Amino acid sequence: MKRPPVLARAVARSLVPFGGERAAALVPHARLAGPMPWVIAIMVALTVIAGAGGLALSNLAHTARSELSGAATVQVVEPLKVERDRQTRAAEAALSGLPEVASLRVVPDDELNALLDPWLGSEGDEAVPVPALIDVELRGPANAERLTALRRALGPVAPAARVDAQSSWLGPVFTAISSLQWLAIALVVLLALTSAAAVWLAARSALGGNRGTIEIVHLLGGTDAQIARIFQRSVGFDAAAGGAVGLALGMAAVLVLGRQFAALGSGMVAGGGLAAIDWVLIAAIPLVGVVIAMFTARLTVLGALRRML
Amino acid sequence: MTGDSAEVVTFDNVGLRYGTDREILSDISFTLHPGGFYFLTGASGAGKTSMLKLLYLAQRPSRGAIRMFGTDVITLPRDRLPAFRRRLGVVFQDFRLVPHLSAFDNVALPLRVSGVRESELRKPVSDMLDWVGLTHRAEARPATLSGGEQQRVAIARAVIGRPDMLVADEPTGNVDPDMALKLLRLFEALNRLGTTVVVATHDVHLLRKVPDSLIMRLDKGRLSDPTGALRFPPRREPPRVQALA
Ligand SMILES: Nc1ncnc2c1ncn2[C@@H]1O[C@H](COP(=O)(O)OP(=O)(O)OP(=O)(O)O)[C@@H](O)[C@H]1O
Ligand SMILES: [Mg+2]
Repeated sequence: MKRPPVLARAVARSLVPFGGERAAALVPHARLAGPMPWVIAIMVALTVIAGAGGLALSNLAHTARSELSGAATVQVVEPLKVERDRQTRAAEAALSGLPEVASLRVVPDDELNALLDPWLGSEGDEAVPVPALIDVELRGPANAERLTALRRALGPVAPAARVDAQSSWLGPVFTAISSLQWLAIALVVLLALTSAAAVWLAARSALGGNRGTIEIVHLLGGTDAQIARIFQRSVGFDAAAGGAVGLALGMAAVLVLGRQFAALGSGMVAGGGLAAIDWVLIAAIPLVGVVIAMFTARLTVLGALRRML
Repeated sequence: MTGDSAEVVTFDNVGLRYGTDREILSDISFTLHPGGFYFLTGASGAGKTSMLKLLYLAQRPSRGAIRMFGTDVITLPRDRLPAFRRRLGVVFQDFRLVPHLSAFDNVALPLRVSGVRESELRKPVSDMLDWVGLTHRAEARPATLSGGEQQRVAIARAVIGRPDMLVADEPTGNVDPDMALKLLRLFEALNRLGTTVVVATHDVHLLRKVPDSLIMRLDKGRLSDPTGALRFPPRREPPRVQALA
């Protein structure tokens, strides 16, 4: 009978780590076949959309606030047109000399009428007396101090002038924007938590079918670190694939939405664009997903191994 | 690493119970010596697999001491055990092949775990598959192999790393007598190279095929040694295997 084959003992045994392509081949179950990459793709896409929405809203609120907070409106409330025009000119002159004022603009009657026509109708400009309006841009926020300085300057020359910070009548808008912002933050947090949980569960279930393999490699002398690394790599690969797809889908949705909002042409919405840093934050979402998936894989495998001797 | 070279394994008053049940193994004491060829027999349910699990470090005993290659493996930290497992070759009663790996990759697995380079393992794995008659099935998945073919893959995997101790649980249960003999020759060849061999079987015909073997017998969780295998030091006179059958 032929001699059975035997291996040189030196070749047969070493404690070099087990890795690379061959090690990865141990867990083809976890490879794109299962639901995990798709779960991750969907969760990443949703998180990207919510995150982009939240960031855009926050940018919008910020721009609106800084644009409006430095502005004041002067209304000259005087029914007689001649007197109103006189006081308006006097107010314009008084204001332009003030150090608090950066620039000002008397809103022309035409523009005012055009604004009011839909409400008041156009049958005669004097039918309803309309106050004259002066838009004032301040050097700094429209706080009580600056507004008082304006009032003091206007008092003697234009007694019919009323000074308001624009932010004061935009107050409800700001409140609405900041509620929306909180809503977006809450949504992003909820989605992030759900995604984390989904990724956790998906990674766990991807490993579920490999429990036997884990045990076999363990019994053949694989170390915990070796085995954890194999599964971590495989799950990380899946999560990265899912994350990339999710990011692409989410980004596409955000870009389409962004273009549609931009088409509205409103100054307010234009302030809601995303800055470079926002895109970096959004791109980090799938990375966080990959980290969670790999961390889960590691904990799950090590947990299973610790129950074995 | 090999401390006392006169012993591969020593069990001292070992007992095993699963959970809170009665003891499956009681008062087990024996020493296995380097180069020994041991059969473990006993009725179904006597505790053979349970004892082998202790031997291949898959199970901790409930009491008693186990020394392996001169080291107390009971008190050893978990992270030191893989180095011991790599010195063992195990044929599991239920084979435990990795289902999605080919026969070739299953046989190569212990070498890969030990970090053997691909270029160095191709030939030994092919030779081993040839020996167990599975060259034509090298790329087959376990699910497409017959019971006997799976068993031969499991045996090839156990011996490929040339272990210091081979532990085989019913390794010939699913093969025909000719193949059983051929596999036994493989164990003997390994044994002559210095590997301690422990084969659990209830096939009494097998015992007679290895004249130098020593026999341990489990009966309801207790050990007896019809060939004097368990003595300290053991008698290496020709064992009376024939008398048993
Ligand atoms: N994991 C376990 N939990 C509880 N009881 C177990 C477990 N494994 C085995 N047993 C029990 O221990 C006893 C011995 O089982 P073991 O598998 O060691 O027998 P065996 O001698 O290998 O039998 P066979 O020849 O049929 O393989 C049996 O009564 C079995 O029911
Ligand atoms: Mg058994």
